[in-house]
Amino acid sequence: MKTTGFLLLLAGWGLVLSALVLLTSVPAETGFVLAGIAVEGLGLGLVARAHLVLPEDQG
Amino acid sequence: MPLSTPMLSETSVVLCLLCIFLVPFACAGVALINTGLGRSRSSAHAMMASLSVIAVAAIAYFVCGFSWQGFVGLPEHYFMVGGKTWSWISAEPLFLRGLEFNGSSASLVVLLQIVSVGLAALIPLGAGTDRWRLSASCASTALLAGWTYPLFAHWVWGGGWLAQLGVNYGLGHGFVDAGGSSTIQVVGGLTALSIAWILGPRRGKYSTNGMPAAIPGHNSVFVLFGCLLAWVGWLGLNSAGAILFAGADPGRVVLVGVNTTLAAVSAGLTAALVTRTRFGKPDASITANGWVGGLVASSAGCALLKPAAAVIVGIVAGALVTLAVERFEFDLKVDDPGGAISVHAVGGIWGVLALGLFAEFSGQAGQFLAQLIGIATLIGFVLPLTYGLNWLLNRFYPQRVALDGERQGMDLHELGADAYPESVTHTEEYTQR
Repeated sequence: MKTTGFLLLLAGWGLVLSALVLLTSVPAETGFVLAGIAVEGLGLGLVARAHLVLPEDQG
Repeated sequence: MPLSTPMLSETSVVLCLLCIFLVPFACAGVALINTGLGRSRSSAHAMMASLSVIAVAAIAYFVCGFSWQGFVGLPEHYFMVGGKTWSWISAEPLFLRGLEFNGSSASLVVLLQIVSVGLAALIPLGAGTDRWRLSASCASTALLAGWTYPLFAHWVWGGGWLAQLGVNYGLGHGFVDAGGSSTIQVVGGLTALSIAWILGPRRGKYSTNGMPAAIPGHNSVFVLFGCLLAWVGWLGLNSAGAILFAGADPGRVVLVGVNTTLAAVSAGLTAALVTRTRFGKPDASITANGWVGGLVASSAGCALLKPAAAVIVGIVAGALVTLAVERFEFDLKVDDPGGAISVHAVGGIWGVLALGLFAEFSGQAGQFLAQLIGIATLIGFVLPLTYGLNWLLNRFYPQRVALDGERQGMDLHELGADAYPESVTHTEEYTQR
C-alpha cells in the first residue's frame, strides 16, 4: 500500500507536468493540474493509511 | 574566474546583511520551541541536536548545497521540452569555489542560505523529539541540506523551471516565494512528516484502542519565548528574502515587516481563541504553534500582500494549524511533539497558495496556477524524495533510539547527563512496569 501510495504521488506530479507541456489554455491546464493534485491526494491518503499505528506496535 | 551576478545598491546590501544577521534568531526560536515541547529528560539532547544539525547543514551546504542551488544568471544544467528550457540543477563548482564575496547578490544568497538551511534542518527535529538518535539526525540533515533543499531551492530561487513558469508558459510571474514558505518551511515540514512516519510514535503515545495519550511539553516558557525569538528572526528572513528573491527595494522592507508581524499576531490570536472556545482555556503550546504557523505562512507573500491580506493569511494559518495538529494526532496517528508538520508543511502550503490568491500582482489567473504547480511538486516529488532518502538511511543506519534510550531519556542515554541534574527525572513513572 505504501509503495502504491508513493507511485500515485509521482503519477499525480507527472500529470501536472504533462498538463503544463501539452496544454495551452489556462482553464484546461488548471483542470489537469487539479486532477493531478487529486491523484496526489489519493496517494497521500494511501501512504498515511500504510503508516497508521497498530495497537500491537505500541508498548 | 570569479562568477558575476547583479550588484544591489549599497543601501540594499547593508540592509540585506543586517536582516540576514537576524535569521539565527529564527533558528534559536525554533530550537527552543522544539525543546520546550519535548520531555525534560530529553531537553539537553534536543538543544544539542539543534546545534549539531545547524552545523551539519551549514557544512553540507558549503560543500555541495550551493553548487546544486546556484542563483539566477549562474551556469546551470537544463533540458529542452517543446522548445522551452527546463533548468533543473545548477552547475556551480563545489566548496563555493570561484564565488567572490563582494556584496553581489550571489554572495548574499550564500550567506542567507547557509543560515536558513539550518532553519529547515531544525524543523524535522520537532517531529522526532524524544526518539531520534543524534547521529542519525545529523546524517539525515546532510541529505536534506546537501541535496533535497538545494534542488528545490534551485527550482524556485535559482532560476529553475518553477521560477520560469511565467516566461516559458505565461503563468504570471512563475512560482513566487519571497521568504521561503515552500523552499525552507514546506521542505522541512515534509521531511518532518517522513521522519515521524519512519520513526513511529513514542512508546506509550497510543493506547491499545488507538487513543493518543497527552504527553505535555516540559517548559511552556521556552516555547513562548521561542515564539518571540522566531518573530525577530522571521523579520530578518522575510526582509532578506524579499530583497534577494523578489527584488524588493529597501523602502518595501517596511511592508515586509508589517505583513510578517500582522500574520504572526493574527495567527497566534486565532489559535488562542480557537483553543479557548473549544477547551475553555487558551492552550499555550497550540497558540505558539499558531504564532509560528502565521510566520511561516507570511513568508511567501511578505513583500507582495497588502496588510489586510496578511491579517487574513494569519487568521487562516492559525485556524489551519490548530486543526491540523489535532487531525495528525488523532486521525493519522502521527506523533509530532513539536507540531512541525502542521506548522511548517501545512502553514507553508497555505502561504504559497495565499500568494496566488491575494498578491498585488495576481491579476492573472496564471499566477494561481503557478503556485498550484509548486505545491503539486512539493507533495508529488519532494515528499517521495525526502521519504525515500530517509527510508534508505534508516535501512543502513537505524534512526530510532534503542528501547532503553527511550525509557532512560535521550539526555542520559546519548549524552550521559541530564539537563536538569537537580531534578528527579527518573522516578518510577519512566521505568517499564
